[in-house]
Amino acid sequence: MEPQLQGQVIRQLFFLIGATSVNSILLRKDLCSCRKGMLSSPHQNTPRHREILCFLVEMAAQPSDTLATLKTESETLKTKLEEERAKLHDVELHQVAEKIEALGQFVMKTRRALKGHGNKVLCLDWCKDKRRIVSSSQDGKVIVWDAFTTNKEHAVTMPCTWVMACAYAPSGCAVACGGLDNKCSVYPLSLDKNENLAAKKKSVAMHTNYLSACCFTNSDMQILTSSGDGTCALWDVESGQMLQSFHGHAADVLCLDLAPSETGNTFVSGGCDKKSCVWDMRTGQCVQSFETHESDINSVRYYPSGDAFASGSDDATCRLYDLRADREVAIYSKESIIFGASSVDFSLSGRLLFGGYNDYTINVWDVLKGTRVSILFGHENRVSTLRVSPDGTAFCSGSWDHTLRIWA
Amino acid sequence: MTIRSDRDHGQRYRPRMSCLKKLEATVVQMQDPSTGVKGTDQKLNITTIPHVITGQDIVAWITKNVNIDNDEAQAFGTMLVAFGYIYPLQDHKKLVLRPDGSLYRFQTPYFWPVQKWKAEDTDYAIYLAKRNIRKKGVLHAYEQEEYNKLHKWMNHKWDFIVMQAKEQYQFQSLSKADRVVFDCQERAYWIVHRPPPQTHSAMDYGLDRHIDRNAEEKKTYDYYRRIIIYTQQAVMRSRVKSSVSLGALAKYITTFKNHDPFLVPCLPSNPWHTDDNSYWELNAPDVEIPTKMSVERWSFSFYELLNDPRGRADFKIFLKKEFSGENLAFWEAAEELKWGTAASMSEKAEQIFKTFLAPGAPRWINIDGRTMGLTVKGLEHPHRYVLDAAQTHIFMLMKKDTFYRYLKSPVYKEIQKKAISPAPHNFSEAQLQQNMRNRRPSINPIITWQKEQEEKAKAAAAAGPVDIKKLMASKLDRK
Repeated sequence: MEPQLQGQVIRQLFFLIGATSVNSILLRKDLCSCRKGMLSSPHQNTPRHREILCFLVEMAAQPSDTLATLKTESETLKTKLEEERAKLHDVELHQVAEKIEALGQFVMKTRRALKGHGNKVLCLDWCKDKRRIVSSSQDGKVIVWDAFTTNKEHAVTMPCTWVMACAYAPSGCAVACGGLDNKCSVYPLSLDKNENLAAKKKSVAMHTNYLSACCFTNSDMQILTSSGDGTCALWDVESGQMLQSFHGHAADVLCLDLAPSETGNTFVSGGCDKKSCVWDMRTGQCVQSFETHESDINSVRYYPSGDAFASGSDDATCRLYDLRADREVAIYSKESIIFGASSVDFSLSGRLLFGGYNDYTINVWDVLKGTRVSILFGHENRVSTLRVSPDGTAFCSGSWDHTLRIWA
Repeated sequence: MTIRSDRDHGQRYRPRMSCLKKLEATVVQMQDPSTGVKGTDQKLNITTIPHVITGQDIVAWITKNVNIDNDEAQAFGTMLVAFGYIYPLQDHKKLVLRPDGSLYRFQTPYFWPVQKWKAEDTDYAIYLAKRNIRKKGVLHAYEQEEYNKLHKWMNHKWDFIVMQAKEQYQFQSLSKADRVVFDCQERAYWIVHRPPPQTHSAMDYGLDRHIDRNAEEKKTYDYYRRIIIYTQQAVMRSRVKSSVSLGALAKYITTFKNHDPFLVPCLPSNPWHTDDNSYWELNAPDVEIPTKMSVERWSFSFYELLNDPRGRADFKIFLKKEFSGENLAFWEAAEELKWGTAASMSEKAEQIFKTFLAPGAPRWINIDGRTMGLTVKGLEHPHRYVLDAAQTHIFMLMKKDTFYRYLKSPVYKEIQKKAISPAPHNFSEAQLQQNMRNRRPSINPIITWQKEQEEKAKAAAAAGPVDIKKLMASKLDRK
């Protein structure tokens, strides 16, 4: 070997030995916390010791260094999570679906067209009586319809435009709505048609940005809301008090859905950070999260059994996530579908997934086999919201062409 | 309220419009001279316009190359027209694709809907001014209105705008045919970006989302720590094998298949199909005799039984016979506590303690010592979820034991026998028309709710504190 190279090798070895010994003195687990480079044991803490060690530790632990190591650590953990998830993945959904018989042909037509909004319809919700619907639009109008007779029963004008969220109370006695006013207000409905509903309005939720979705829990007394400020919150209607807040999304939260399970303690939310999170309502913690979409998630909906949920996104796909297996199990997409899905919902048995898209169509997917069974035309502008009726007999789609259509 | 309209000037990437990239790829393919849509020359007044394509050719090409059927191809084509990649020559204000001999042309890439910036008002003003110069009175009513508005807003720049318009107009050193084509293209561009009244622009994608995609998220120390803690917990989570959970999903679907109105027609008929609401009347919450389908559904799971008000009522009858109604009553009271108003909570908790948990209580529930201890301790400082442990215990007890006994009980067997199976309706065309005319409104849910509340109050008053001695005596007798 060349003499210069030899010298280099010896120098490198010297540094290596010196560095590792200093390292092991400084970072002995029983001596200090390696993250913060501090000495945790008081015994070695003589002043001289402290000075030298602190100086050396300062040299070693630069802030950018810590950030980089944290970043790599988080990346390795994420890959580890994926590995753990993959370990129990022994079968694909379409394999399970092979034993199930295929669906026949579907004939779904528009049975009712509800005309009355003067601007884009943004949100709708069914009443538990299976025939009433509340819908909200861009011009601030919230209308309660009896969809069966197509009569308008109530109309409220909100003080703001872009009412993006509306919900019917489980008792059928009130509706909640909100949008650009950053608030969620509850309007008790009345039997008197001429009464001004705005007089009895109750302001419940207060966010710092637009309200994107709201939903009553099992009673009229609590409301769950999600907002453009990145948080979700649970409110007590009577007092307007916030009972729990849910932080974790890094961007606007666009949608939420309550779990239908008997315990009824969780809900799922989807946001602009491409993540969908499952939350525990009691503790406010995010229990599970999934980040497989490539763009904003516009809509999430639980599977009827509560063990899975579907999400629709601007990346033109709908995906099914299994909560017990903790993974994405199906992607519903087609090459010819290039516009985002704005709203999704399941049929009563969970076999069909209805998706309203931004290219004015509604696609109906076979949840198990992953194929599209039908495509429905009729709207003249994008479909912004879609909900199946509580008894599964029909579904309603609201669109930016100012109308709502009932399909069955 | 924030003003959102001018948030997007300048070179900002608008991710909600990313679908445009895929559309552009298809349009480029369509313009391929050998494999694309075949164009011809078309005579328009005195000029000949080259590369004119018909609607049906477009639909045929899309059907073949994107591999979809005719209706979908038409919808896809409408998207191309709505975004301005293809523009109609006749009836230029309506941006739909007609699958017949209607004439269309490809828009020049200069006028494609660019992702990066919005069509500016200044440009629109110049365009309208140019048309005004060419021939006075050629502007439509809505365009005239816009022109006047812009004139007012941009008064300070108006000289510049008029000068630009004149320059562009005089620069037309193109041949007559080219000029006609260019005018068509420009007009089509502005129809897309400034839609005429009663139409909409496909470029309108609604409100901007709050997140600023061009800004880098601040990756701080805290950000990574949060991710690390969360991911560590997630790794520790217990998971189920895919075969088990997917199998359960498939099983749910098969169990409920016959109850899904989209898969199997509901009896007697779907109210939305025939305008006859017997189906809803037969399945009303307070109906005397339920349908066979409902009764079958109650047997699927305890949750289904409780969810159906008629089912819950039947279960209560069974429990009354068994003298174990206190479990369900406790569960219902706990639910009311969980979902009730914050103000009434301590009062309700007090009530529940007195009725169900205190030693010697009239409706004492039987839970194990540990749970009872926890619950009683928690009730000293009652909060919404204080009864959670006890409630879960009772629910599991009912689900695993009482529910199955109910399904085997004479009460259930009796209701199964009594349940009706309505015959499917078979309406003639005339009858359907009549049904449509006779659509009846239903009872207002507010009235139904008020009635329910009255009934509940009555039932609560009637139940009252049960005499323990009598109860014990009757139980001993039975033994």
